[in-house]
Amino acid sequence: MNMIKNKASEREEIEALLPWHAAGTLSRRDAQKVEQALARDAELSTQYETVRQDLVETIGLNESLGAPSARAMQKLMADIEADASTARRVKTSFNLGEWLSDKLSSFSPRTLAWSATAAALAIVLQAGLLAGMFVNEKQGGSLFDTASVSKSEPAMVGTYALISFAPQASAADITRLMQTYNMKIVEGPSGEMFTVKLALTGMPKEDLARLIKQLQDEKTVRFVGQKSAE
Amino acid sequence: MQTTTDEALIGRIAGGDKLAMQVLFARHHVRVYRFVLRLVGEPSRAEDLISEVFLDVWRQADRFEARSQVSTWLLAIARYKALSALRKRPDEELDDETAQAIEDPGDDPEVAMQKKDTSVVLRQALTKLSAEHREIIDLVYYHEKSVEEVSKIVGVPENTVKTRMFYARKRLGDLLKAAGVERGWP
Repeated sequence: MNMIKNKASEREEIEALLPWHAAGTLSRRDAQKVEQALARDAELSTQYETVRQDLVETIGLNESLGAPSARAMQKLMADIEADASTARRVKTSFNLGEWLSDKLSSFSPRTLAWSATAAALAIVLQAGLLAGMFVNEKQGGSLFDTASVSKSEPAMVGTYALISFAPQASAADITRLMQTYNMKIVEGPSGEMFTVKLALTGMPKEDLARLIKQLQDEKTVRFVGQKSAE
Repeated sequence: MQTTTDEALIGRIAGGDKLAMQVLFARHHVRVYRFVLRLVGEPSRAEDLISEVFLDVWRQADRFEARSQVSTWLLAIARYKALSALRKRPDEELDDETAQAIEDPGDDPEVAMQKKDTSVVLRQALTKLSAEHREIIDLVYYHEKSVEEVSKIVGVPENTVKTRMFYARKRLGDLLKAAGVERGWP
């Protein structure tokens, strides 16, 4: 009796997955399960055929809906220009001291015990950034324009990522993160994003994806993504 | 040639990069527009709404958590905007307008039945589904969203997503039957 019930619920489960199987969005394991069921169940195959018809016509219907006019993009860009957050972002210039002082002012008394560490970090970071600016000036370029595509930007050697920190992250947390992953801040903040150098050379894609995933799981990190080569 | 990922674009947008915003818009605006149009039914309203969707992306890029695809995030914002816009209109007006905006006026159900063209009848049936069923069918078949992603966009558990899709397909089958097309299921 139980076995019959199990078989019935398994079939219902497969039935429910047919649309995603047709769209190719199932995991490999689920797709295999559906394939096996389709091979032995003729009624399920008939049902699958209707799913495929539905899929084709849904795509056809959506494709027939056309596209928005250029007005949509124009309106968006005008709205962005007029938006208060845009002015704020443009106004934001790199001021590590201000950033750290903001962070420190929000610390609890216990956390303030870390202030000496934070001050040390500020000195180290500023020294690093000043050295970086000096080197860049020598090369005739600046990395401090924006995070945007800049044609005058020199090619960056190494592996980089864009990162922003969780609001509750303390300076000590950030220092620890930098040390654990052997990362260096090379640019920012632009908005709340910093560019960090992950490795001196280009990393294999899989290793980089693994590292980004690891960083994503860190509580100190709010956002991290690969910075593409420009 | 390396293509910048959507996630990298969002990172740049968070930093105030308008060019990255334009690239993201160019990449996704047609699909987002079609999704919104299927919900609100008016092309000019859908156009305004997609501008609002991408303006929200501009404002909230620094809060994007990369736990889902960027396209999933866009569709979730688009859905919220479309539903908010729909709430501002009376229901009766809404259903009529939605159907009229999408249906092909040259092919009413009678003509389609005469043609015995399953394809035409099927497309008409797709426009007659409830907003809830229409939305899920579009997300799965056209926007290629997994069960998990649909669950994030629509804000319901994954099991509800599967059940809702099943009933949407059943309803579609019933509409076809009513139009004289028998497919063997349901």
